[in-house]
Order: sequence, then C-alpha cells, then structure tokens
Amino acid sequence: MASRRTVVLTLGLLLLIGLPPAALAFGEPFMVTLWSRILIWALAAASLDLILGYGGMVSLGHAAFVGIGAYTVGILGHHAFEGSAVPFLPGDWSGSALALVQWPAAVGAAALVALIIGALSLRTAGVYFIMITLAFAQMLYYFFISLPDYGGEDGINLWQRSEVPGLDTGDPVVFYYVCLVLLVGFLVLAKRLVDSRFGMVLRGCKQNEARLRALGCPTTRGKLVAFAIAGAGAGLAGALAANQTEFVDPGLMHWTKSGELIVMVLLGGMGTLVGPVFGAAALLLLEEVLTGITEHWMIILGPLLILVVLFARRGIYGWLAGPGARDG
Amino acid sequence: MTWLLFAEQTLNGLQQGVMLFLMAAGLTLVFGIMSLLNLAHGSLYMVGAYVTATVTQASGSFGLGVLAGMAAAALAGGLIELIALRRLYARDHLDQVLATFGLILFFNELVKILWGPQALFLSTPEILSGTVDLAGTPYPAYRLFIIAVGLLVALGLRVLIVNTRVGMLIRAGSTHREMVGALGVDIARLYTIIFAVGAMLAGLAGALAGPMLAIQVGMGENILILTFVVIIVGGIGSVRGALVGALLVGTVDTFGRAFLPMALRAVMDPSAADTVGASIAGMSIYILMAAVLMIRPRGLFQAYGGT
Repeated sequence: MASRRTVVLTLGLLLLIGLPPAALAFGEPFMVTLWSRILIWALAAASLDLILGYGGMVSLGHAAFVGIGAYTVGILGHHAFEGSAVPFLPGDWSGSALALVQWPAAVGAAALVALIIGALSLRTAGVYFIMITLAFAQMLYYFFISLPDYGGEDGINLWQRSEVPGLDTGDPVVFYYVCLVLLVGFLVLAKRLVDSRFGMVLRGCKQNEARLRALGCPTTRGKLVAFAIAGAGAGLAGALAANQTEFVDPGLMHWTKSGELIVMVLLGGMGTLVGPVFGAAALLLLEEVLTGITEHWMIILGPLLILVVLFARRGIYGWLAGPGARDG
Repeated sequence: MTWLLFAEQTLNGLQQGVMLFLMAAGLTLVFGIMSLLNLAHGSLYMVGAYVTATVTQASGSFGLGVLAGMAAAALAGGLIELIALRRLYARDHLDQVLATFGLILFFNELVKILWGPQALFLSTPEILSGTVDLAGTPYPAYRLFIIAVGLLVALGLRVLIVNTRVGMLIRAGSTHREMVGALGVDIARLYTIIFAVGAMLAGLAGALAGPMLAIQVGMGENILILTFVVIIVGGIGSVRGALVGALLVGTVDTFGRAFLPMALRAVMDPSAADTVGASIAGMSIYILMAAVLMIRPRGLFQAYGGT
C-alpha cells in the first residue's frame, strides 16, 4: 500500500521527467528553460533546507554560495577562453571549460567559503546568526562588484556552457535533464545524510542544543559541517545557474536572492528536503504569472508572503503529502 | 596637512556614525523590547527620504520637509505594526524575517509606482550649504548639522529612557513583559508607540541623508545591512551599544576608505593600491564585526534582558 507521500513524490518525479517532451510537443520550448531554472533554484533551496529545516540555522546569506559557485564557473571559463593564468593560484593554470573540472571546483570553492563564514557565524546563534550571515553575504556581494577584471557590477559572459564529453549541454532539453539528475542526486544524498547519526545530531541541535552538548556531542562541529555541505549544494546550483544564463553577475548573490531562497523553503515546507522543490516551483511560476499581469508584481507578492507566514504554516508539500511528511 | 586630513576624516566618521545611530536606535529598541527582527526598518528610512524630498520641493522649506518625512515614517511604522507585525511578536525569528521581507518588497514596489524608478536629488538647504572654518580648513556646515542633530537625539533618548515614565515602562517591558501588563499598563499601545518612535528616527535618518545621497529604491537595504553590523558590534537591545557601535563602524569605514589606498601606495604601485585598497576598505567593517565576535560573541554591550 503506497503512502500518500510516495504517491506525491512518484507523481512529481514522473511529471518532471516527462516535462520536456510534453513541452516540445505542445510547442512551448520556453517551458523547458523555465523549468530548468526552477530545478536549479530548487537545488539551492533544498541545500538551505538542510541547515534551516533540520539544523535550525536561519541563514540569510545563502545566495552568496550560489554566487561563489557561479563565479567559479565564470572565472575558470573566462581564463580558459583567454588562455591567461587564473590569479591567486600557484603555477599558471589557465582554467578549464570542462564541467568535470568547473563543477567540482565550484562546489569546493563554495564549501570552503561556507566553512570560513560558518566558523565565524556559528559563534553566535538566533537573531545574531541571521544578521551576521546577511552581513557576510553582502560583503561578498560588494567584493565581486569591486572586481573590475571580472566585469564588476556588469558581470561576465560565459563564452560557452561547461563541456560534458558526449553530451551537448548547449541543448536546452539535455541541460534540463542534467539539472534534474543533479537535483535528484543531491536530494538522495541529503536524505541519507539527515537519516544518519549525523542527521540526528543536526536535528537535536534544533530542538535542544544545550542538552546535546551536555551529552558530549560536539554540536558546533556538526553544525559547521552541515553549513559547509549546504554551501556546497548551493555552489553546485550556482554552477548550473551560470551555465543556464551563460552569464554571471553579482545580482545572483544579492541578499534579496537569499530572502527568496528562504521563501522557497517555507512555502514548500521546511524540514522536508523535497518541500523546497515545490516551493521553488511555486515561487518562480507565481513570478511568471504575476509579471504577465503587472510589471509591479512585487506589490502583490509582498503581502502574499505575509499572509503565508500568518496563516499557512505547513507549506505546499505538507499540504499535499499530509501530516507526518516532515522527514520526507 | 596630515593632521587636518585626519581631523576632517574623524568628523566624517562621526557624521556617518550618528546617521547609523539614528537607524540602529530604533531597530535595537524594537528588538530589545518586542524581540521583533524588523528587516523593513530600511524601508521606513526610504519613506522618510522620499517624503522629505517631495515636501521640500513643493514647499521650498527643508525644515518642513524633514518634519513631514519623520511624520510619514512614523505613520507607516505605526500602520504596519497595527496591521501585521504585532501578530509576529510571539513567533520565531524565521517568520519575522519572511514577513518583513514581504514588507520590503511591498514598500520598494510602492515607491517605484508612486515616484517612478528614477532617483531623486535634493539640494542642501541654503543656510547649511556653506562651509565652516575649522582651524583653517573649510568643512561642510551640513555635516556638522547632522552630527549635532544625531548627538541631540542620542541625549534625548537617554533622558527619555532613564528619566521619564514612558522610559521606565520601556525598561520594565523589556525585562518583565507580563508583570508590566498585569500592573495595568496597555502593553499593546506601548508597543505601537515604541515602534512608531523607532520608525520616526529611521525617517529622520532618511530625511537627513536626502541632500547627501541619491534618493532611490533600495537605499533602505544598503543602510539596513550597515545597521545590522552596528547592532552586532554594539550588542542587540542596548541603545548605548548602538551609539558606540555606530560611531565605531562609521569611523572604521570612513578611515578605511580614506587611508587604506594611501597606505597601500607605500608598498605597491598606485593603481593597484587604489583597487585593492578600495576592496579591503569596503570589507573593513565586516572584519571589525568578525573581530568583535571573536572576543565577545554577544556584542560589546549587553542589553538589560539578554537574548
């Protein structure tokens, strides 16, 4: 007997797999691009859910790691095209256009930056943590604005998408499936992580960190590792985002993007990993619909968010999959 | 020469500091007493700036403009408290972040509809547009005016909190909320008033910033984040911490921008020194914040109630 949760998840996955052929058959190729964007931001939101929903760490600077991932791809691609050396690295390695080099580099760079920011920010908790993650993210935002070599405020164009041998990543449908596979892969990995002993520690931190510490658990270390893993996931999303638009600019890491990521997590259902995927789809589709109605769509979205906070607390996934879907 | 430059930059830092204090005081009061994290505090600053610019241009009087800006911000603050935010005092900070994020989107778009996407500019009022002679160097009178206003507000807040009945209620409300309510004080009304006063100070900051900055959508978020740094450095909930934090952040930021490129020129070529210096100067306040957190994770000053 399949549970309601299994039905929702299977149906959702089948819909996502079948979307590109259906979109092409109905003559709506734009839908493939839109849904690629949804999958990418869903990946970023799911990575945020790992620390927000499970660890209880409200980070208002998660988009910074998306930006780090995107800039890693942008900078490596830029130097590979120009044949010039990548600065701040030993030797004169001139970057690479290969996804197998660019994407792990993006993930690694984002994880490293998250490790540093996390180590500083986790000295605090609660509302201090919210403000300090926001402040560090803005610092990185201004840092990239003041980098004239990589376009500063205007950003840089990618000369081509990351190369995957045997795949034409320039093709929207192929790229869509690449995004889907990476998203599902991340979700499976994250699910295994939260079900492990490590995940128990993380959830324990959210409920009662003092008690956990009294039991001899190194809670800060656990939270820091989770923060870095979440940063790595966001870095991967950033690498994909850069590839999709073939363009990277500091706007990716602006704090409103971090705010939108939190919205996706809460809208979809916090602490469920899959929920943020629903949340990302809902927010980006809503944006698509509202921009069709009025150019000033934010004036509708803003009050809508307040209503969601006040009245709809379980999120879309909690509503679809019923009670007990928390640890889906 | 260097001495004069140093004195001038100290005044600039002081001026930026008191502006940040006007923002931080309201934010820290609202957090300290209602434990509400209000991201939309910067929007009230923006409202103050826009209304001041419009009224000043219409009436020709900057003084009238500032009063109108403060009133508009207080009104907007009181309204959002009554309609939405008072329902969030008991919620966790995540809900508050999301709801006030929604408010920011709303205010930014509303301002864009009412005033258009172009930035507004406001000229310095006639009387204050000159310079004052400080030991041989001319210094803009308007900046001195801002310093004076900011210090007066700081003094006024201290008198209000320490010496008046409302101030006593504010202090009592921040530590023993239920007890104050049980003694017959209308807590809900007290909260609305505190929120409106904080909003008014944000409006004042926006009004005063008008002649120095381009008045545009998003100006509120830039200063909001600086205000967060101030509050983290000073300690949440403490008005004294807000003042010390604001002056520290203002001075470090101003000195970094003025002297870092110059200092780096001694060790590298000028153009590189300017670029690198500007980047590091932009990050200097965040480095300050990290350093303070290393030593005192809860800021330099503890508020009465903790949390």
